[in-house]
Amino acid sequence: MARKSTGGTRFGVGRRRMLKGAAGAAGAALGSGAITGFPVIWAQNTKNIVLRQCGTGVSNINEIAEKCKADLGFTLQMTALDSDAVVQRVVTQPNSFDVGDIEYWMCKKVFPANTLQAMDVKKIKYFDKIVPIFTTGKLKPDSVIAQGTAPNTVSFVEGPGSTKFAKGQTGWFTMIPTIYNADTLGIRPDLVGRKIENWKDILDPKFKGKTSILNIPSIGIMDAAMICESAGIVKYGDKGNMTKAEIDKTIDFLIKTKKEGQFRAFWKTFDESVNLMTSGEVVIQSMWSPAVSAVRAKGVPCVYQPLKEGYRAWGGGLSLAKHLQGAQLDAAYEYINWYLSGWVGAFLNRQGYYSAVLDTAKANMSADEWGFWMEGKPAQGDIKNPQGVVVEKKGAVRDGGSFYDRMGAVACWNAVMDEDRYMVQKWNQFIAA
Amino acid sequence: MNRFKAWITYLQVAPLALVFLLFLVVPIATIVVVSFFDYNTTQIIPAFLLQNYEELLLSPVTWRTYQQTIQFAIITWALTLVIGFTVAYFVAFYVRSPTMQTVLFLICTIPFWTSNVIRMISWIPFLGRNGLANTTLMNMGLIQQPLEFLLYSDFAVVLAYVHLYTLFMVVPIFNSMMRIDRSLLEAARDAGASGWQTLWNVILPLCKPGIAIGSIFIVTIVMGDFVTVRMMSGGLSASVGLMMANAMSLLQYPAAAANAVVLLLVVLLIVAAMMRMVDIRKEL
Repeated sequence: MARKSTGGTRFGVGRRRMLKGAAGAAGAALGSGAITGFPVIWAQNTKNIVLRQCGTGVSNINEIAEKCKADLGFTLQMTALDSDAVVQRVVTQPNSFDVGDIEYWMCKKVFPANTLQAMDVKKIKYFDKIVPIFTTGKLKPDSVIAQGTAPNTVSFVEGPGSTKFAKGQTGWFTMIPTIYNADTLGIRPDLVGRKIENWKDILDPKFKGKTSILNIPSIGIMDAAMICESAGIVKYGDKGNMTKAEIDKTIDFLIKTKKEGQFRAFWKTFDESVNLMTSGEVVIQSMWSPAVSAVRAKGVPCVYQPLKEGYRAWGGGLSLAKHLQGAQLDAAYEYINWYLSGWVGAFLNRQGYYSAVLDTAKANMSADEWGFWMEGKPAQGDIKNPQGVVVEKKGAVRDGGSFYDRMGAVACWNAVMDEDRYMVQKWNQFIAA
Repeated sequence: MNRFKAWITYLQVAPLALVFLLFLVVPIATIVVVSFFDYNTTQIIPAFLLQNYEELLLSPVTWRTYQQTIQFAIITWALTLVIGFTVAYFVAFYVRSPTMQTVLFLICTIPFWTSNVIRMISWIPFLGRNGLANTTLMNMGLIQQPLEFLLYSDFAVVLAYVHLYTLFMVVPIFNSMMRIDRSLLEAARDAGASGWQTLWNVILPLCKPGIAIGSIFIVTIVMGDFVTVRMMSGGLSASVGLMMANAMSLLQYPAAAANAVVLLLVVLLIVAAMMRMVDIRKEL
């Protein structure tokens, strides 16, 4: 596949230069003719371009590839992998993809490996409209930046070719935010039989053998930290960057809880969490938002419960492979600009995620959809997902409320810690215990 | 002439040797080399350190995980041996017509027409809290509370292993049994041996190569497994493979490589011990 697409590109570049030359000659004769002629040549050229995108399943969506082909003319090949595999692919096989759809916590880890290139913000049409979480770090001017790998800390590098993250904003952007969300615990309201308000409620002896947390060390440890902090077991300096002593305390507590039989299972993939919930194996667990929708879609009640301590947030973005250049790089920028131009944003918002540029997405959504997903208003009519399936009936209100309520209550971002080598050892200890 | 012949021989073994060199020796050598490397969050740094091995071997987690993995291997081995031997015995000695034997043998392989993972996952809805097994037992009034140990437990892991891998025991044992000269059995009976005595003193010793081959399959598969343990224990149990997967997921390849080298040595030792007991080549 790799060979095929680079071959196509080479051919594309060659032909583009030739046609450009021809167009230029024609332009000299016809004056403005060359300018109007250019997009035609461009469109022909992009037809031969294939962009290979690898990323997590959440944002690698076939509909987006199809729409991209229709709007821009070039082919987008998507490979969906789990988070671990994405990190590995980006670091160890840098030529196997053109666009890497990675998460911000991964970015901290993979960008310094020098397999990605920073983007020139001048070429990003909607750069100024990107939600400020990703640029200044502050959702509103008075917001406090949450703990963990906050996106703004890894959004900029010092210059082209640099792999060093800049303190403030520069003209070189590492990733275009695609989707992000605030995660919390999912519950079965019909089975918990009590009010759930804090992260520590997962430790209630009533739920013995009916709880689960996720077994992806770098994310699981964060949920564990939210639980430990809520229960008053550990007080953290920064949950996203724990000290060895904090890791020890957290894991020791988890081991103790596991030995007491509090957990039914640990899940690693989206569908596992859905199955645990629908089958009634667990009644309260770490969950991702579309998993909650998936449970509801099966007719099983499930609530994405907002909790007093706040959310654990995550975000993903598109990054460009180091090897991209020439027409392919241009196509990648074109793809990014198209991505932010609204259709995709609306598509993602309808899935319950948030998109990077809100204005353009709003223009592509109905007032009712916007009100339900983004403003926390009761639905005026049936709310459909992008595939046209009704996911919420009239009168429903989104769990957690509006965009600002949810993203404004982020306690911590998914993170990579300085002590992550130690953390993984301890996590293994927890699983083996 | 002799020289020429020798060349021919070398030429004949060359393709296989080359394949082994490229796809076995080189990767394993790489793993060994990498296991001494240093690493940080983003990269692997060439070095010669014993730290990976120190961290691995001095950690009680490693020992507990190896113990757990070996325990899975032993239990699975014992169960697949008993079941595999019984099935093979039935098909080889009880079924008389060769056609029927072929048919029954093929039936044994039917589960292998679907993927390993699917067969494993299909246990989950069956064994779950509200699964088929629990619902049936409760409707029959045999139990009041669902049996929690059925799923996400060591029981579930061993069950899946036995289900998935018994055939690896059946086939070599069946093969050994089919090669037993039937006149030996008649001789045993003529000499006054009971059914059990024949089984114990004639059939079993002659099946040793088959049992050994099957055992090697089972032990190596179970020792290296990580998917089954993760899915069936719901992440509550660990295995050596899972430890490596966790390390790799955080790009800690040298740590995973060190673990792989240790695992390789352990498995080689076990296989060597088995070969000691049964000379497979002699009896094949």
